[in-house]
Amino acid sequence: MLLKLVPEDTKIRFLHYRKVAMVVSLILMVASAGLFFARGLNLGIDFAGGIMLHIGHEQAIDIGDVRSALLDLELGDISVQEFGLPEEVLIRIEGQGSVEADKIAKASAKAALEGILGEVDYLREEAVGAKVSGELVINGILAVVFAVMAVLVYIWFRFEWHFGVGAVVALIHDVVLTIGLFALTRLEFNLSIIAAILTIVGYSLNDTVVVYDRIRENLRKFRKMEITDLLDLSINQTLSRTVMTSLTTLIALFSLFIFGGEVIRGFTAAMIWGVFVGTYSSVYIASPILIYLKLERTDMSLEGTGGGPPT
Amino acid sequence: MLNFSRTKIFVILAVVLFGFMAALPNVLTPQAIDSLPDWMPKDQITLGLDLQGGTYMLLEVDLDAVIQQRYDILVDDVRNTLNENRIRALSPTSDGSSVIVKINHDEDFERAFELLEDLSQPITNSILAISKSDIEVEDMGGNTIRVTLTPEGIAQRSENAVDQSLEVVRRRIDELGTKEPTVQKQGSNRILVQVPGANVDPDMLKTTGALTFHMRDYTVDQSMLERGRVPPRSVIFDYPNDPEGIGRMAVLRRPIVTGDNLTDAQPGFDQQTNVPLVRITFDRQGAVRFADATSKNVGKEFAIVLDNEIISAPVIREAIMGGQAQISGSFTIESAKELSALLRAGSLPAPLTLEDQRSVGPDLGADSVAAGKMAAIIGFVAVMVFIILSYGRFGLAANLALIINMVLIAGALSLLGATLTLPGIAGIVLTIGMAVDANVLVFERIREEIKLGNPPMAAVSNGYSRAMTTILDANITTLIAAIIMFQYGTGPVRGFAVTLSIGIITSVFSAVILTRLMLSVWLKSRRPKTIKV
Repeated sequence: MLLKLVPEDTKIRFLHYRKVAMVVSLILMVASAGLFFARGLNLGIDFAGGIMLHIGHEQAIDIGDVRSALLDLELGDISVQEFGLPEEVLIRIEGQGSVEADKIAKASAKAALEGILGEVDYLREEAVGAKVSGELVINGILAVVFAVMAVLVYIWFRFEWHFGVGAVVALIHDVVLTIGLFALTRLEFNLSIIAAILTIVGYSLNDTVVVYDRIRENLRKFRKMEITDLLDLSINQTLSRTVMTSLTTLIALFSLFIFGGEVIRGFTAAMIWGVFVGTYSSVYIASPILIYLKLERTDMSLEGTGGGPPT
Repeated sequence: MLNFSRTKIFVILAVVLFGFMAALPNVLTPQAIDSLPDWMPKDQITLGLDLQGGTYMLLEVDLDAVIQQRYDILVDDVRNTLNENRIRALSPTSDGSSVIVKINHDEDFERAFELLEDLSQPITNSILAISKSDIEVEDMGGNTIRVTLTPEGIAQRSENAVDQSLEVVRRRIDELGTKEPTVQKQGSNRILVQVPGANVDPDMLKTTGALTFHMRDYTVDQSMLERGRVPPRSVIFDYPNDPEGIGRMAVLRRPIVTGDNLTDAQPGFDQQTNVPLVRITFDRQGAVRFADATSKNVGKEFAIVLDNEIISAPVIREAIMGGQAQISGSFTIESAKELSALLRAGSLPAPLTLEDQRSVGPDLGADSVAAGKMAAIIGFVAVMVFIILSYGRFGLAANLALIINMVLIAGALSLLGATLTLPGIAGIVLTIGMAVDANVLVFERIREEIKLGNPPMAAVSNGYSRAMTTILDANITTLIAAIIMFQYGTGPVRGFAVTLSIGIITSVFSAVILTRLMLSVWLKSRRPKTIKV
């Protein structure tokens, strides 16, 4: 007997709850934006500039000792946190205004660390100047904006403008909530998180396109059906696939989250969140928006790509 | 959808076979790779610095300084040209964006203007086949002439400076003797240095390394030194190891010889005192000038200046004719070695600033590789088990395709010489999860087709054709995101974008084409009455 996670012929009235879902989404988005503006992100040195030292030691490191030793140096903002193991610590020091000053600060920080710990293993060292970090911020924002725009054009071209707008609103929803997660959890926001967000964009889109494809097909097939029922039918028909794919992706991601090491944990956390949010948004953002945008059957040309003839 | 022509089958199998061959070197020992026949691909996947440890540095060439230097030279050129032609003028000045000179007598103006115009050098644009001047000479009225660098002149100087810096940095990195360093130009004024497996001190790359030899200016006394007042032909340099204890010395601005005249520099020891020193060899021009200067100035001191600081100021005991000299300062064996390497690599045309520096210790890299492998294997096995449980025999085909997909990714990464980074491993693991999507789409469609009462062959065939547009739309959109990531990403993000893009392409191939071929072979040989998906 084969495993069936989703029973055949589900008739869940997803869109019956669309108002609740929309309100919840709106609240979450506003909360994310609020958190972002009120608390900001815990920017990694990729974006904030400054110095990062990832150190290892033979015994567990007392974070308090490290912090007070570094505070004595008066280097401005510093953060000290355990990194995966008690023997490993991640230290971040604010940029000192110039690359030369950063270098001196790094040397004095190392001396202070060796003063309290003795032998220190420098696992990673990074120093990013203000100029480069500024460019990385701009490139990161550009990458996300361009990706969303390119996708809008593609979907517009392949479907109708309603679908393009729906997909993009769903994407904005996903991106905002992901940023909200980072503002809430204070997980470090660095370059690899931009990669994660772009992948979430890709994944969420993938999911949205699958549902949209079915909606387009059904619009041609069931010419008299109420639009809300048609959307529900399409979501139910693709539900099994949605669950299967989300699950296999989550299996792979959880394996990475648990066994992949501390360095990419933030990245995988973002991705896992993205899979949930992206799946949810295809059902509750991308689809109901078509109703609000008053998608008409006349908007769908009978010819056009895909779907095949009604059977 | 289930009929494959012989040619098609041949092409599909050829792609798979080629993928296996390209991936093969990654599991072989170096000796085994050497013994492969010549026509077999031999490249392995390159691990990024985050996986094998090493240093990444982004250096920026200070182009403002380049232009500044160019104006300083231009001031000298203007002064010399007017002097040589006996044209009296106020001393030319530069404000950093032009050189201004006022000619004393009206009757000289015309001639001066033409002479200064002759200073220009044509810049030829080989693509457009046009030639432009590097400077512009303007009449400002009141016998004043302004000389400015044209945008073309600035662009050319800047480009030359960046290219030269790149060369010097490359030679300095080569002096380290590490394995496979990369030094490349990034953007218009940056140099990206990646040295695997080594922790490199950025100072070694940033030091200008400009060596000059100057005669001491004996007309400057100590009170002038303290006030910093020296004649225009002289200049004061710091002298940290000054035996006289003053710490500064005035020397003639014009050097006897410069580091450009060096052909070699080697560390050595003084034969009498056994103190470390650096032996240098001049080229012919340098040897002649050095011989000339030393024979005229026996008994006087000359200063050896490195990056505006005097290393030592020995007394000339006798003329040095052979074109060989030695620099003694307070060297250790180590610092003598470093200076020799610096001098051999040549000096930087402009200051470099370090904008971004990252280094990863080899231990962390190895840990990351191990963790990444572990995560990939566990994720891989778990997904496969899940797929078999859900789709039975069809799942088997999907899993086989998934394994081939992994091999194809490895092959493509090796062939393209792409760098595998830690986020890149994440990209592969993610591909595992997402590669299954295409098959899930197909299998779910087949289930629907069976429910509609279609016989197995028709159900499978329709399943593939119906799912196709969805699969393409879904993967193309993800590919768009990956390409944009590659375009705007740096370092690790790019590595991720590369593996993700490769993964999307190979997974569509394996999940759509390969499984279809497998199922077609199975259905045609067994002709099952019913199928379970």
